[in-house]
Amino acid sequence: MHKFIHSNFGRLTFFIGIGIFLFLLGNRVDELRVYQGATLAMYVVAISSLILLTGYSGQVSLGHGALLAIGGYSAALARNHLSAPVWICFAIAIVVAALAGAVLGTAAARLSGPYLAGTTLALAVGLPSIANQFGILGGEQGLLFDVGFPPMSLGQEFTQYKWYFWIASLAALISLWWLQNILRSRYGRTWRAVRGNEVAAELAGIHAGKSKTLAFTISSGLAGLAGALLAMTISTVSPSAFPLSLSFALLTGAVLSGVTTLAGVMIGALTLVVTPEIADAISNRFANSENVTTNLPGLLVSALLILVVLLVPNGPVEQMRTVRHRKRASTHK
Amino acid sequence: MTLIVSDLVVDHGAIRAINNISFRVEEGQLAAVIGANGAGKTTLLRTLSGLTPATGGSATWHGSELLYSKPEKIVRRGVSHVSEGKSVIAELTVKENLSLGALWRRNSDEAQATQEMILETFPRLSERIDQQADTLSGGERQMLAIGRALMSKPSLLLLDEPSLGLAPLVVAQIFQSIHALTSQMGLTVVLVEQNAMSALKIADLGIVLNLGRIAAHDSAQHLIANPQVRAAYLGY
Amino acid sequence: MYQFINTVLIGITSGAIYSLMAIALVLVWRSTRVVNFAQAGQALVSTYIGYAVIQSFHSFWLALLIAMLAGAVVSALVDALFMRTLFKRAAQGPIAGVAPIIATLGLLGLIRGVLGLVVGNKDMSIRPPVSNIGYTISGHTLAFSPLKLLIVSSVLFLMLILSLVFQHSNVGLALRASAYAPEIARLAGVRVDGIRTFGWALAGAAGAAAGMLQTPDGNAGLSPDSLEFSLLLVFGFIAAVIGGLESLIGAVVGGLLLGLVLAFVLTYISGSLVFITAFVVLIVVLLVRPNGLIGTRRVRRA
Repeated sequence: MHKFIHSNFGRLTFFIGIGIFLFLLGNRVDELRVYQGATLAMYVVAISSLILLTGYSGQVSLGHGALLAIGGYSAALARNHLSAPVWICFAIAIVVAALAGAVLGTAAARLSGPYLAGTTLALAVGLPSIANQFGILGGEQGLLFDVGFPPMSLGQEFTQYKWYFWIASLAALISLWWLQNILRSRYGRTWRAVRGNEVAAELAGIHAGKSKTLAFTISSGLAGLAGALLAMTISTVSPSAFPLSLSFALLTGAVLSGVTTLAGVMIGALTLVVTPEIADAISNRFANSENVTTNLPGLLVSALLILVVLLVPNGPVEQMRTVRHRKRASTHK
Repeated sequence: MTLIVSDLVVDHGAIRAINNISFRVEEGQLAAVIGANGAGKTTLLRTLSGLTPATGGSATWHGSELLYSKPEKIVRRGVSHVSEGKSVIAELTVKENLSLGALWRRNSDEAQATQEMILETFPRLSERIDQQADTLSGGERQMLAIGRALMSKPSLLLLDEPSLGLAPLVVAQIFQSIHALTSQMGLTVVLVEQNAMSALKIADLGIVLNLGRIAAHDSAQHLIANPQVRAAYLGY
Repeated sequence: MYQFINTVLIGITSGAIYSLMAIALVLVWRSTRVVNFAQAGQALVSTYIGYAVIQSFHSFWLALLIAMLAGAVVSALVDALFMRTLFKRAAQGPIAGVAPIIATLGLLGLIRGVLGLVVGNKDMSIRPPVSNIGYTISGHTLAFSPLKLLIVSSVLFLMLILSLVFQHSNVGLALRASAYAPEIARLAGVRVDGIRTFGWALAGAAGAAAGMLQTPDGNAGLSPDSLEFSLLLVFGFIAAVIGGLESLIGAVVGGLLLGLVLAFVLTYISGSLVFITAFVVLIVVLLVRPNGLIGTRRVRRA
């Protein structure tokens, strides 16, 4: 059984299982939850791209929102100007974002720590505002991104939001499965080797620069997909859809998930979706002032982030693994 | 003023690096601590200077307990540690490295006098006084490290493998200087060395560490003459 | 002609403010090798305190002084209570390099959230202590006023004082030693933890000055979500990275360079390209000199 779970086929079955579960779930919950489900799936893709880049490859990105923007805008442009079917739009989003990532990654590979952080931050701040300069990008109001109605074959009852949920979940499942395979392959090991000690890795024959650039490229492609999914759920792309706070939120989600492992990605994504709800609930119960509503979500997320970094810096999943490991070691004395 | 170590135990996680050792070094003596790699020599010095926390036991220097305190506090009790690997700060100049050692004393006249004495003993440092420390050769850096330690006007000096990576001629020079300075300043010294012969030659007292325990503990002359020690550590 | 001169003047003034924030970030980096994103949040808190002082005592200068002191204290507390705990806990593991960045980002969000809850999100303003009306030369109004002169001279003055402290004082020596090699510094008797907190205090004061000097200038609003303070952080950080994070002069050079380039783009090209220009400048500089303009690549040995 153990072997089955950890084999390729076993993992594929696992993901298919999740897919079926989600399908059933989607039929039982209300519209709002289904919509949130789509957003959740989007966050899962986005956060996993950061887990790859920061957790496995050790490169800090404060500006992944920019890469989401590139994906989102590419998808919208493909849809509006080429009338491409939705799946092609997503594919274009992935490819364009990955290309951007490849270019950015070659520069980034030469930068360390704070210098890389500064560069990605500048990109996150700078990129969305370009939309105001070029008419084709739709300016401040942005562009429409309409994925169309669900196909008739799914029945009259099938809602728009459910369609979003299906598309997003399918995209997320495929991405996660694919990413898991890559992370477990020699590429994943190479990234971790470079992250641990670049000089030692180079001495072992690994080309650190290439490895880092590859990580950046793949991470960007995934981010582009997430951006396209985001555009789908809000039906538009605009500069204000990709603010700096999005980049920070994604990084927060990655840390909450435990940035070094993919297993906890749901934790981060769930937190990002759920926190505004909790904040609303609290402010409705206790204060009902606009002040609290505006400030509480950000406050909660930040406080959570600080707690996690202080108490479980490697993320809750890694922490549990360590505890289990210690227990096993001590009982084997 | 004596260094009294009793029942010292130091754990690194699950490994017991120092396993219950006790010894005395009288004032003005030079004790050489020798042994194979991993015997616990560096750990011993790091524990005495406060860089590594002790697990149990005690170590007192003229009555006051050295263990379980921060390094900054231990320096103020008259203990100076030249750690392994030429402990100078590469980005600072020679002058700045030296001044660093005397900062906490806040007596600039005394510091000036001490600095002059050190520069007399190591004229190479005087030549390079305003150069950055990373331009110095290995031997010069070791001199600088020792000089920095002496700027604190210690009464107990801990030296960790001063000969590491240095050419034999330079090593001889440095050991000569160590011997001279410590007699001149009336210092008590604990000298950890791989180069067992050179160390025992200038020492009064010898301690052989093996896997965290004391394997032999005698006057230096006796250890040099001891056939087992000679075979194991002195190469003949 | 006058447009050119005005653009230069605008660039120098805004650049000076970025330099102040860059100085704060460089100070923290040189003391503890951490980028403190919460610096902007601390600057916000300090500026609010300054605002409160102005309301009660009607003196900008007193407010500036107290804001800087408050900034120093807040910053020192952040280091002593928050960062030290963080270093102890997240010192190992793969997240070690990233943890301080993320933690300070979290702290920034926390400070803003709490501020918002406490004082509300309304935009406040501070009246300038000296006139903000431009000087005139032969009938043309320059984009330079007594206030802007004050800003630029304060920056230069602070940079000078801080450089002197760092390079030529005992405290500065202790600060540098603690940053480069904390273990050796401890063995030399330096109280490393305390010195690092002092470095943070200096940075907090510089950040507070940036906030206090920026707010009276034109439209800069004071609120927890203030765009100007966000820009202050982002551009200050970019300026610090351009300069190389290793030198205070670098911070000033980076700030002025950034300010000038952005001013020119704003005036002669287009307002919407300003932000992406910052990115371009940064990446061009880092491609040529990966450790910043004034940073030198030092192979750490010993």
